[in-house]
Amino acid sequence: MIRRTGYHVAMGLISFLWVAPILWVIVISFRSFDDVAANGLGSLPHSFTFSTYKSAWEDADEFRALINSLLVTIPAVLLSLGLASVAAYGLARYSIPLRRTILLLMLMGNLLPPQILLIPISRFVELIGYYDTLIALIAVHVGFGLGFYTFVLHGFMRDLPREIQEAATIDGAGPGKIYSAVILPLTRPALAALGALSFTWIFNDLLWSITVIRSGEKMPVTPALLGLQGLFVSSWNVIAAGTVIAAVPTVAVFLRFQKHFVGGLAIGAVK
Amino acid sequence: MFWPALQGFWLALTSWDGLSAPRFVGFGNFSDMVSDPIFRTALKNTAIWLVLFGGLSVIGGFGMALLLQRERRGVGIYRAALFTPVVFSLVVTALIWRVFYQPDGLVDTVFRTVGLGNFIRPWLADPDTALYAVIVPALWRQIGYVMVLYLAGLKAVDPALYEAAKVDGASAWQRTRYVTIPQLKGVNSVVLSVIVIDSLRSFDIVWSMTKGGPYHSSELLSTYMYSTAFQSTQLGYASALAVVIFVLALAVILGYLIRAFREES
Repeated sequence: MIRRTGYHVAMGLISFLWVAPILWVIVISFRSFDDVAANGLGSLPHSFTFSTYKSAWEDADEFRALINSLLVTIPAVLLSLGLASVAAYGLARYSIPLRRTILLLMLMGNLLPPQILLIPISRFVELIGYYDTLIALIAVHVGFGLGFYTFVLHGFMRDLPREIQEAATIDGAGPGKIYSAVILPLTRPALAALGALSFTWIFNDLLWSITVIRSGEKMPVTPALLGLQGLFVSSWNVIAAGTVIAAVPTVAVFLRFQKHFVGGLAIGAVK
Repeated sequence: MFWPALQGFWLALTSWDGLSAPRFVGFGNFSDMVSDPIFRTALKNTAIWLVLFGGLSVIGGFGMALLLQRERRGVGIYRAALFTPVVFSLVVTALIWRVFYQPDGLVDTVFRTVGLGNFIRPWLADPDTALYAVIVPALWRQIGYVMVLYLAGLKAVDPALYEAAKVDGASAWQRTRYVTIPQLKGVNSVVLSVIVIDSLRSFDIVWSMTKGGPYHSSELLSTYMYSTAFQSTQLGYASALAVVIFVLALAVILGYLIRAFREES
């Protein structure tokens, strides 16, 4: 009994320490500028205001940054998962020559440190005239994610029983029909997991955004948040509000797809 | 994917400012590195990063997974609490902690309360502490991630093994040491690869907190590569730095791939 209480006290304390930074920033985001100036960032709040959120949302234009983020993230997730599922279907269900080599190359491409690609890709994007466009950013994310998603989906589809496909073939279904009517519905859990994961990955990206995009009004919210620091020098309450706004979408996706999300992270571990 | 990578390797052998044509210099960039003090700092910091960030997140993540592996009341909440930072972007993480490190912020207040007021310094602006001040938030985020990987691994361990060990009179520590850890071999190698690759890639958090400063004291290879490429536009030299990162990562990647495909067959 005492041991169990001790366990819960200790774990409760650790958990509290873990979320305390988040809570603290939320508290700061509601404090007025005068309060922070008078009492310091380390003190308990003496005020409550929404004006910080208004500043971050309107003056710093986080609204537009969020729209940009969604304009990049949603197409990139759909496109890369769509392409990856077709590729994985082909590789898993049909005997394509060299398919192991293809998979290996795809996975390797994903594990490459992005630094090696940074300069060539930024130059290439400039050359074809897509520098500083959201399309370029989408293309980069699709290209980067494809290998890993294909690898995971391939592993998943390979484990589906062969008989299903044979039965569908006997019923007269072609490869396209089998893919859309049989395989895809069965792959839904894996797709959901990868979807939730890739959403946060792409949404949270900084490196590629600041490499491919230059102008402020096209920046997604993650890099735009860094700009906020320059805009509101030492107005930490506004910066805190901006941070909270930028964190909301990924937290929402996480809460909605919690089970898939954690499962997705674990895919790699047990496979 | 691979064509640009090849281009990257080619550029590493050139001197290029991005405007005129690249000039071939052979291995000149690499011999420049040897005498470049910033490169040496960045390499040293990357090693420190690997050991501290990697080591502590494995220890922390594994420890938390052990504590939270049994399904009982409250465990779900604890897991969620530890996992929450993982969904934040590294920029969000960086800003949360920057707020803390501000003069008179929470960190200073805590230090003062426990009587360590003399130690207070501008954490991120002091070359002695900047790197470590960045590692702490990185750990805060990574431990929950590693924990999830280990939790998945622990779930896959056959409970009968524990029962057998228990019957044989093994203590809790012995069960962990001789049953759990050997059973987790597969997960360990995944975690190891993830950590090494993440460490070499680490860019966002350092960039958002210090940009590698002050005086390059928190510079990692990845941040140095970025600023060399896009701020001082020495594209050839930056590509050579990228090749160094690549070679370091390659060893790990190969190990990972060999494992992945041994299981495939």
